[in-house]
Amino acid sequence: MVNIKRSPIVDTGEAVGIVAAQSLGEPGTQMTMRTFHYAGVAEHVPLGLPRLIEIVDARRDISKSLMDIYLTKEYSKDKKKVEKIAKGIEQLTLGKVAKIVEDFENKSIRIIVDVKYLESRNLTFRELVKKISKFLNGSARVRTKSGKYILITAKTSYVQLRKMSMKLKSLHLFGIKGLSKATVAKDDASKEYFIRVGGSNISELKKMEEIDFSRLYTNSIRDIEKHFGIEAARSAIVKEIKQVMDLQGLAVDVRHVMLIADAMCSRGYVEPVGRHGLSGKKESILARAAFEETIKHLVNASIKGEEDKLNGVTENIIIGQTIKLGTGKVKLVMR
Amino acid sequence: MSKSKQTRSQSKRVVVYLNGIYLGFHDNGDELVKSILEKRSIRELTPNLNISYNKKTGEVHLNTTGGRLRRPYIVVKNGKPLLTEEHLEKLKSGEITWDDLVAEGVIDYLDSEEEDSLSYIAMDESELTSDHTHLEINPASITGAIVSTIPYPDHNSSPRLTMAASMMKQSLGLYAVNFNYRLDSRAHILFYPQVPLVQSASYSALNYDKRPAGQNFVVAVMSYYGYNMSDAVVVNKNSVERALSRSVFYKTYETEERRYPGGQKDKLMVPNPNIMGYREEELYRNLDEDGIIMPEVEVKPRDVLIGKVSPPRFMEEVATFGITEEKRRENSVTAKGGDYATVDSVMLTESLAGNKLVKVKLRSLKVPEVGDKFASRHGQKGVISYIAPQEDLPFTKSGVVPDLIINPHAIPSRMTAGHILEMLGGKASALDGEYVDSTMFSGTPEDELRAVLKKYGFEEGGEEVLYDGITGEKYKATIFIGVIYYQRLHHLVSNKMHVRSRGPVQLLTHQPTEGKAREGGLRFGEMERDCLIGYGASQLIKDRLLEESDKTIVRVCADCGSLGVYDYSKRREYCPICKGTRMDEIEMSYAFKLLLDEIKSLNVFPRLRTGDKR
Ligand SMILES: [Zn+2]
Repeated sequence: MVNIKRSPIVDTGEAVGIVAAQSLGEPGTQMTMRTFHYAGVAEHVPLGLPRLIEIVDARRDISKSLMDIYLTKEYSKDKKKVEKIAKGIEQLTLGKVAKIVEDFENKSIRIIVDVKYLESRNLTFRELVKKISKFLNGSARVRTKSGKYILITAKTSYVQLRKMSMKLKSLHLFGIKGLSKATVAKDDASKEYFIRVGGSNISELKKMEEIDFSRLYTNSIRDIEKHFGIEAARSAIVKEIKQVMDLQGLAVDVRHVMLIADAMCSRGYVEPVGRHGLSGKKESILARAAFEETIKHLVNASIKGEEDKLNGVTENIIIGQTIKLGTGKVKLVMR
Repeated sequence: MSKSKQTRSQSKRVVVYLNGIYLGFHDNGDELVKSILEKRSIRELTPNLNISYNKKTGEVHLNTTGGRLRRPYIVVKNGKPLLTEEHLEKLKSGEITWDDLVAEGVIDYLDSEEEDSLSYIAMDESELTSDHTHLEINPASITGAIVSTIPYPDHNSSPRLTMAASMMKQSLGLYAVNFNYRLDSRAHILFYPQVPLVQSASYSALNYDKRPAGQNFVVAVMSYYGYNMSDAVVVNKNSVERALSRSVFYKTYETEERRYPGGQKDKLMVPNPNIMGYREEELYRNLDEDGIIMPEVEVKPRDVLIGKVSPPRFMEEVATFGITEEKRRENSVTAKGGDYATVDSVMLTESLAGNKLVKVKLRSLKVPEVGDKFASRHGQKGVISYIAPQEDLPFTKSGVVPDLIINPHAIPSRMTAGHILEMLGGKASALDGEYVDSTMFSGTPEDELRAVLKKYGFEEGGEEVLYDGITGEKYKATIFIGVIYYQRLHHLVSNKMHVRSRGPVQLLTHQPTEGKAREGGLRFGEMERDCLIGYGASQLIKDRLLEESDKTIVRVCADCGSLGVYDYSKRREYCPICKGTRMDEIEMSYAFKLLLDEIKSLNVFPRLRTGDKR
């Protein structure tokens, strides 16, 4: 009788790594650079091959991070409340709420402020002027005009003036740093509202009581690792890779993806596949030398007096022995 | 934006560049451009000058350098083309030439920059307004010489035109009428080349009709017992026997009697058996007394075509015995693998250096066979998968049997409607006895072709009732059948076929050589290796990568782990590093032995720890 429960378990000596690599690599060749967009989300998130590379390289600075913020029960059902929180989270800089005009001839910067908007966010014009003065820290003269304009004059070079105006543009006023373009969406499964926001800043969100921290999700694997631990990071890798493949309409068995995620997380921290990660940290000198930076690996190995135990696949092929996989795994023993 | 900036951008002050190099400022860009264009139009400035004006950046670029792609246009003034009937009459009578028109300012050459910035070009005379500066000579001139010969190109997708153009360059035909006297290193000549029934106006203008490269085939678009899957085609055997797309392949070998420093010289002769590197006697059988093969002799691979003996490569070889009795080496020219051919001609002459030069031209008949490549002029290429006897092929009620059958799936996804139109046109032309014009944008329209078919009692869509040649049954569907120009491409299997079981190896790596010319093996690459690992076939990997490749036995010192040597004179093995004599014989790939050597060259000492197989 066939044991159905055990039948999908791989045999010993099965080359699961190669099979996983091929199972992800083959559809990867079909993955085109043309990317479909998330419908309904304002942010353009990289998809397809660029995103896949981003994940397996375990990049710290991913090109576009996203967060899904779920709220506690008191808030999540009420769309108005959620929208209000979303508005509060979004970071607003001076450049977003005021018009900043450079005047190079008079070496000054004019800031035209929307006072009504400021007051709706509980910030008076006076407070704003104070904030700007503090920000500039005496490097320029700040004057106000008719309670609407702020005129900043500085005796500096044009380059310095431009730098100053750029800095003023990114002066943080409201919300949480790094978060932008918050949109409210409805979760069809749980019939509640959640906030999808560009950027990732878990440590600040942690302080907010309205947020259900246990359901917070970000596509930044590094952030997940930092705040939720390695197991969560592993799950996130699986989820993100699977999502990339699914969006391209490519069918890959999750277990291949899981193996890759396991390998990336096996040391207790997330490490990339490739030169600075798995391939670069192989046990065998020969296998490492065969991959990249041949001379570096050989010379370093000689300095340390390393020995190649010849346990892997690549090194055994290099020296011309049978590999310890498949039919090479088993041996005959004479009694 | 500040006030001063605004005024600056509104001003017409421009920077002028000549051939990309800064020339100076001008206060009014519009006026500058206008006056330059006027001066060019009366040819006070050279017609080689092109100008572009970027109002946004305030730059005027003047270009006179070579290497810009330029196209001719008819100059338009006040909505009227300057080219008149009078000009055309004079052109026809030969009174004036094209260059005169350019000199007169009737024709302007524009580069892409001027096309984009300063010109307004009309496609057709009827749409001319007073704003137009130029008129396109003919809309079909947007393509080059080769694409212009494709029939109905305006009905195809552009990638297919590119592909068709590149395939036309590979077609066999009559490349030169003096081919019999030419000694090209490789040349193909098509038997009975035909002028296409469907052709564009440029076809005869390019004299392509005097040296055609293809034949008009009767083609059916249908499936034939699964033999024409994908892009495979089925060919009529009887058509092939009637010399359909038959061709001859010429290949020329040559050698010369070179002189070497030291007064020595090559000699063309039948080599003596005592000469170094003497081949089997059998291979020299075709050589005449002078050491050169005779015309009309049949040769096989490895046969010697020109016998030649050369002086030894190193002078010492002669000097060892002190006698002038030279040990010369065999240096004959032999037919390469796959050359089953007849000697077409032998030419004796003198090289530039004044040496005796011999060229031997081989000729071989290339009858279409399974694996040969064919293509229509629409980027539709295919390989013969089966040569079916005529009696097995489908036939129409009038008894027409197709020369070639293509798969209907080749058409929709590639969007080569031109292919269908050409088949229709070819059929109409064959019935009517008139060539069909298929020039871009002005070719004979589909309706007219349909009318011709109808006139001769055919189904106007080109479809016909066909009968299965094997069962004699009528096909349930009507089959689209027509006449279309097909080209045989120069990728012939007989010139490509290659096998190896054993053979030469590379000097450096001891691995098999690469390529057909060196009788090489086929690479078992990294990805193939991965597949075997994935399958777990460890013994097969070892077989491919070691046993059948560069396996070597090396001695390894059991004491220090370095590679040992064998002293033949003392019949003794020893370690050159530690002078130990305990050795283990290890099998490894020669490439790994090389790797060890290279590691040593990095001043790293790799030790091999040997032991019994675990
Ligand atoms: Zn030794």
